[in-house]
Formats: sequence, C-alpha cells, structure tokens
Amino acid sequence: MKKRVGLFITCLADVMRPSIPMAAVELLEAAHFEVHAPMAQTCCGQPAYNSGDRRTILALAEKFLDEFEAFDYVVAPSGSCMGTIKTHYPDVLKDQPDLLRRFAALQPRLFELTDFLVRIAKLAEVPGRFEGDVTYHDSCSGLRELGIKQQPRQLLALVPGLSLSEMAQCEQCCGFGGTFAVKYGNISAAIADDKCASIKATQARAVVLGDLGCMLQIEGRLRRQGDNTTQVLHIAEVLTGKR
Amino acid sequence: MESQTLHFKARSGQKLADQRLQQNLKKLSTKFVTGRAAAIAALDGFEQIRDAAVNRRNVALKTLDVWLERFEAEAQRRGTTVLWAQTPQDAADLVVQIARHHGCKQAIKSKSMVSEEMGLNAALEAAAIQVTETDLGEYILQINGNEPPSHIIAPVVHKDKEEIADLFARTHHTARKTDIPEMTREAREVLRAKFLSADMGITGGNFVVAETGSVALVTNEGNEGMCTILPRVHVAVTGVEKVLPTLEDLAAVMRLLPRSATGQTISNYFSVLTGPRRPGDRDGPEHMYVVLLDGGRTSLVGGAFAEMLRCIRCGACMNHCPVYQKIGGHTYGWVYPGPMGSVLTPSYQGLESTQDLPQAATLCGQCEVVCPMKIPLPDLLRKMREQQLERGMRPGLERWALRIWSYAARHPWLYRPGARLASRLLRLLGGERGRVHHLAGASGWTSYRDLSTPSQATFKQQFAQRAKERSLA
Repeated sequence: MKKRVGLFITCLADVMRPSIPMAAVELLEAAHFEVHAPMAQTCCGQPAYNSGDRRTILALAEKFLDEFEAFDYVVAPSGSCMGTIKTHYPDVLKDQPDLLRRFAALQPRLFELTDFLVRIAKLAEVPGRFEGDVTYHDSCSGLRELGIKQQPRQLLALVPGLSLSEMAQCEQCCGFGGTFAVKYGNISAAIADDKCASIKATQARAVVLGDLGCMLQIEGRLRRQGDNTTQVLHIAEVLTGKR
Repeated sequence: MESQTLHFKARSGQKLADQRLQQNLKKLSTKFVTGRAAAIAALDGFEQIRDAAVNRRNVALKTLDVWLERFEAEAQRRGTTVLWAQTPQDAADLVVQIARHHGCKQAIKSKSMVSEEMGLNAALEAAAIQVTETDLGEYILQINGNEPPSHIIAPVVHKDKEEIADLFARTHHTARKTDIPEMTREAREVLRAKFLSADMGITGGNFVVAETGSVALVTNEGNEGMCTILPRVHVAVTGVEKVLPTLEDLAAVMRLLPRSATGQTISNYFSVLTGPRRPGDRDGPEHMYVVLLDGGRTSLVGGAFAEMLRCIRCGACMNHCPVYQKIGGHTYGWVYPGPMGSVLTPSYQGLESTQDLPQAATLCGQCEVVCPMKIPLPDLLRKMREQQLERGMRPGLERWALRIWSYAARHPWLYRPGARLASRLLRLLGGERGRVHHLAGASGWTSYRDLSTPSQATFKQQFAQRAKERSLA
C-alpha cells in the first residue's frame, strides 16, 4: 500500500506561487506516494513566533498536529516553514505535555521537500529538464535549522541539461527575514543587492532556491534593478520543469 | 556612554546612503569572515573545544558569586585592590577617586568597552585628569572629537586610510601621509610622550582569573603593555561576568577568542597580570586596582537572557551579521552593536529606548553558528520581541495587523476565501507581467522591490479542482 504524505502547502506558496506546491505534488506522486493536502491548513505560525506572539503560534501548532499527525510523512516545500515546525514547535509546546508528546511522535516524520526526495523517496530521476547554468541560494532556515545543503544539489544533478555554477557566499542571507523585509525595507534591500550581485556574477540563467520568501525578495530586487531575464525558480519547479 | 538607540531607523538610512562607509564595511567580510573560517578550519576538534569552553563558562557563571569572591581574595592577597561598582557611573567615580587618591594627572588608556559604558574619558576630563587613548583605533576616534567606536574589536572599522590621513594631518600638523606604517609611526611618536609622562594606566580586562587573582588582557598593538608597566598606578575595569575559575579555563577560552575575533591563532600580546610590582621586580605598577562593574549583568543571572553572559566579546556575531555588515555599529546607538548588542543594550538600558534593536535582525542564524560560546542569539532576540509585545511596546498598526492575521490563520472558514480574494486581486494588479511596482499599503516592500504576483488561482483551488476531476474520471 502507498504511504500517505500530508503536504504542508505553506501559506505564501498557496497564494503567491501555487506552481510550487503543485510541482511538489507531482514529484511526490511520481515517487509513488499518496499525496493529501488538508484544506483547512493555513500557516505554520512563523510570523507570529518571530513577532513574539506565542499564543498564536501555540494555537497554530495544535492545529497543525490535528491536521497532520495521521500521515505517514509530512512534507513542506519550504525550509523556513518546516524549520519552524520541526525545530521550534518543541519550544512553542514546551508547557503543553500532551501536545509535546504528540509532536514528538510526529517529529521524525517531518521533512522539507528536497530532504524527503533524497532521503526517503530516494529519487533517481526527475520529469523536468533545463538547458543551461543555474546557481543555488541556500536559504537560512533550511540550511541552519534543517541541514539542507547537499540534498538540493543532488537533485539538481538529476536534471538533464542543467549545470550548477555556485555563487560566492551562497549561504549568506538574502535579507528577507519575514517581517524584517517590510519593517526595514531599506536595510533588507541593501542586503539583497549583495545577493543579486553574487547571482549575476555567475552569469547563470536562473537562481534556484527552496523558499518562497527568499524568492520574492530576490526576484523583487532583481526586477527593480531592471534585470528582467534572470529567472528565479523554486527547486520543485526546476525538477518538474513546470511553473 | 549616552544611548542613541532611538535613532536607529533614521541612522540606518544615513549609513546605507554613505557610499564610503559601505565600501569600508566590506572589510568585515574580506578580512574577518575569511580569517575566522581559515582559523577554525585549521583547528583540530573545533566543536569539542567549543563545547568544553561553553561548559567552563557555564560553570563559572552558575556560581558567579563564589568565583568573584575567590578572585577578590586572591587578588588582594597579591596586593591588588578590588573595587565593586553597581552602575557604570559608580565605576567611573571609583576610577576618578583612585586617580585623586594617588595624585594622578595624566592617564593612558588601552581599549576597553566597559570604559565606554562608563563614559570614563568624560568623567576623567571633568576631574581635570588628562586621558589619552593608546589603541590606534581608539586614538583615531579620540582625536576625531571623541567619536564612539563602531565595533568592539575594530573600533575604527568604519573609516578608511584616506579619512585617517586627513585627520592626522589636521591634528598632528604634519604633512599628509597615506602609507600605513608611516601613519602608525606618526601616531606612535605622538603617543610615546604620553606613555612616558603618564602616572596612571587604564585597561579593560578580557577575563579575570579567580584562582590566581589575575587580569588577562588580549591585544595586538603592545600599547597595553605600556599602559600596565610604565605608570605608577594600573586600573583594570571589567564586567563581573568575565571571571573564570582557573588558568585552565582561561587557556580553554583563549583557544577560541582570537580565532573567532580576528582569525589569529593567538593575539600578538597576551598578558596575565597578577598584582603590582613586588620588591625586587624590575617593572610593573606600584599600585594595581580592578574595578568590577555589574551594570545590569547580575540581573541576567538565572533569567531568560542568562546565556548572554557567556559572551567573550569576540565580535564574530557582528562580523557575520548581514544587517551589521550594511549599517555598521554606530546605527545601534550604544557600546555594543550587532546581534550581541541587540540583546545586551535592551538588557542593560531597558526595552523602552531600544525598540528597533531586537526587531532589526533577519534571524538568519549565522550569528549563532559562529558564536564560539554557542549563545542562541536568534532565540534571545525572539524572547525580547515577546517582551516587547507583552508590554504593548510595538506600534499599533503592527499589533493590529498581527491580530487580524492571527485570527484568520486560526479560522480556516475565513482564511480560505481571504486567500482566494488576495490571489484574485494580486493577479489583477500584476496583469500579464506578473508583478507590481507600487502597491498601496505595502510600501515597506514596494519602495525597494517589485512584488511578484501569482499567475494562477490558489493551490487549494487548483488541488480541489484536480481532485474533483479525478473522482469524475
């Protein structure tokens, strides 16, 4: 029997770039998983957590447990959201022994998409193809909270026609930082400029990454600078060849 | 030092527009970030050394009072006078009293951030005691109208050679020089007279060691040696959290401090000073004092921010912080900038005047990765944000936005149609280009970036449609 994967869509992707969770569904189904996307899901609560609003994220963590604990695996196409769930929920739930116990049972089954595709699905081929060079930006939360580093690179190596050209300081923050990007738009944009310069220096056709927040930030700044050609793609979009 | 943290936003704009500063701040990543990475890579068993050092710091801080008392007893046994100060003002007063007691008129000073907390130079000058900074960076700042340092280990990192050349020519009344060894020589010549005529030397204290009653000092310029050996009186000022139980603890943290700070295996000078000159000693001060400042530190013990006390002031967090790299240290408005300062300044000065500091961080986590003392800086900043929110200190608009979003996120019946509506509106606004240049109400974003808008209906709409089609098929 097929294992059941609960897809955590992520709230930003649902509205801003539905092609990302769509591509995730395609990849997971191609790897013979049964994909479910609970329709009542909303957000992991990261904006609340990072704003200091513990009450809200506690409610959302409980909601997440209710919606997802029955699945064999839970996968999110975002290191940032999965980072919040997997590494910060224990802190969020620390005064709720029952919820904490339920979460502990679920925790080993929580995965960021590329991590899941490499370690659990053991993906050996992908439907997409891409002609030319891409560069990869390591988003902060995925990298530092979940150890997402080799997984996306391994997957990109499976894409026919694609070659990876690493940018300088690929692990440096793009300056998004959630609400930081809005509260301190000027500082955020100045940080993004360094990232954009690193991307352009590779002369790659596209920058690929695993988090929609960073994508909006980098794409928004590239376009504002007048760069209308460098593509900004989520890795799931590259792996399926669809956006 | 007077806190200027309220001006964070205005200052950040100025600093971002300052092309010269932007150029100067690039030194951080080329020099310090690369240097640290190489030094850590060359150190076998870095993680184990780090864990051991963190443990040793934790042991010291857990029974801080015990080690401080031991330090006092051992230091006094060796002839050092140990004095305690509750506030930075108290500490400055103590230093002035020491100077008066010994009839000191001229003081030379080695770099110390605690003395910046104390506003020590101003206090000494008010008491008619002439004070000269002898760390090259600090000297440059002092002759530039007592400008505050912008970094805790590289106080003048915000300036370039050309600026300093102008300043030297103006202050020293000499021909303008831009060759660094020549400029250094010029400063050295000015300072030499001060070293020789001073009757009081003031230093910080990177650590104090309980078992021997010693003060440990880490420097690169040798000026500290002149400050502690030449004058009759040596006063070291430091924070109470800097106590280490044993010399072995000192050895353990010293493996990490220079490597984390400047990428050096060991600093050029490393002194362990134990008591004043004894009969038969060839040099050393006649009188040695240690002023231990609390200044809010003990209020952190056992609390939510206790881990911050482990900080050994290496500056790695600021060197690696994307925000600090763009705005520099002066924007943060007080002695300690960057991620560590964003925790320390509100802790010492109160949250009221430090609104921006805990917020102005991307929480990218790099500071925690490079902190030799494994201080969970992002978590501490988040805790500080909690306190700000609890105490109603965030702007009304932000609180309302959070409240409305929070309500929607907890109520799917409202959230889903809301998401559909947002998607449709954004698709309309973005049109075929799929992006907007200006969006009313989102100017925090669109003043600096285009907003990429969706080209399709929400994922949930598409997925539900797909499921329906499949069940019909």
